Amino acid sequence: MKGIDFEVARGEVFGLLGPNGAGKTTTVEILEGYRARSSGEVSVLGFDPGRRARELRERVGIVLQSCGIYRHITVREAVAHWAAMYPHPREVEEVIAIAGLQEKRSAKTRELSGGQLRRLDLALALVGDPELIFLDEPTTGFDPAARRAAWETVRALRDLGKTVLLTTHYLDEAQELADRVAIIKDGRILVSGAPRELGVGSQTHVRVAWREADGTQHEREVDDPTALLNELTGEALARGERVRELTVTRPSLEDVYLELTSGPAERESVGV
Amino acid sequence: MSEATLAWRQFRLERRMFWRNPSAAFFNFVLPLIFLVLFGAIFSGDRKNLDIVIPGIAGMNVMATTFSALAMNLTFLREEGVLKRIRGTPLSGGAYLSGIFGNVIVNATVQVAIVVVAGKLFFGLPWPREWVALVVFLYVGVACLASLGVAFSHLIPNFDAAPAYVNIVYLPSIFIGGVFFDPAHVHSKILSDIAEVIPLSHVVAGLRGAMVSGQGVGHHVGDLAVVLAWTALGVTFAVRGFSWGKSD
Repeated sequence: MKGIDFEVARGEVFGLLGPNGAGKTTTVEILEGYRARSSGEVSVLGFDPGRRARELRERVGIVLQSCGIYRHITVREAVAHWAAMYPHPREVEEVIAIAGLQEKRSAKTRELSGGQLRRLDLALALVGDPELIFLDEPTTGFDPAARRAAWETVRALRDLGKTVLLTTHYLDEAQELADRVAIIKDGRILVSGAPRELGVGSQTHVRVAWREADGTQHEREVDDPTALLNELTGEALARGERVRELTVTRPSLEDVYLELTSGPAERESVGV
Repeated sequence: MSEATLAWRQFRLERRMFWRNPSAAFFNFVLPLIFLVLFGAIFSGDRKNLDIVIPGIAGMNVMATTFSALAMNLTFLREEGVLKRIRGTPLSGGAYLSGIFGNVIVNATVQVAIVVVAGKLFFGLPWPREWVALVVFLYVGVACLASLGVAFSHLIPNFDAAPAYVNIVYLPSIFIGGVFFDPAHVHSKILSDIAEVIPLSHVVAGLRGAMVSGQGVGHHVGDLAVVLAWTALGVTFAVRGFSWGKSD
């Protein structure tokens, strides 16, 4: 890490977005109290996570990237055992339902599929009714349906007023879930803000594309599309034609992300 | 919840998991019986050797249920990330370790009880004449070898390597430690010197005194001192820098 600075407000879903090896996991592990920082200040719910206060751990739920569980106990036993560690746990059955594991509640954990184990991770992180939840790549390896279900769960957490810090390398995930994102690479934050706002930075443009009457495809990038659109539609109306296949797109988070995270060499190789 | 309640819950979970893992239960309860049957047959009617080997097997079982079991299990739990997950909860390290120590205490107690009862019923040993010494050497032995097992787990790089690491300590220990023969009759100066140092030989000596010759703790003060010294060392290295994860 080369010095990053960000704040997450209560009740916010904050996404740390970046390629593998960018420093996302290192960052959250410092916040979770797993790693010592070499310098700088960190405050989580008013605590220094490095001091590992019990009160902090009672108020935080953690979903780690890959983390085992006892193999010979059932889902229900695992959730109940975890619940007992917290001062004000949620109902065990309710948490199992949130995680979508009702049908597996009596199954041994070693019988669960990869996706079911991830949902158990979530259940164990939620059972203490934490105020702040860390989700480190919560949907990596999920099939599309399971991802949608996990997203619904994160939205439900936000609706409950929980603060969520999630890391992901899926852009759509950050775009769907996060109120604000920070794009991180090589241990630095490159840019941060609401996903919507990130697309309209100074160096980005709006792309206008259309097809001429003769069939040729045109595409132009402009800072402000108003004049161009007026021109295009005005000419078309004058000729009594339609502007065919007109699209106006703002750069997506993906465009911004690729622009920011690719080195010069990569940019050349893809012909940008 | 209080620390004691959390430790108790962890202990109960460990017991439940122990019984649900058939190979562990087998290793803990059937293997010592097989050893007893085998050596009982080999030394059938040979009073002198039975008096050596039956308390010896009790000592061997104490080491297997504490040192070997903890070194293996903790390596597995560390590699799987279970310890890391626990680290992220309010469960304290003390409560967690109390729970797993409680588990090995029960296992060691049951095993030594099996040996004592089988020794009386099938191999002509008397009931232990020195119960106090038996209890002292059993539980000091458990504390010593359990803490050394936790400390040793930090040296094991991964779970695939764990059986090799554990057995390179455990197997020589049970031979040099005089589980199967009288340490006084060893002709190798080096081996008898090593036996003077390693903890298992002193645990076995104390158990043998209690179970066979009716010697009290007073007879084995030196043995007790060596075992306690190893316990202090084991506890220091087990607790200090206890590693919860691979990357720690």
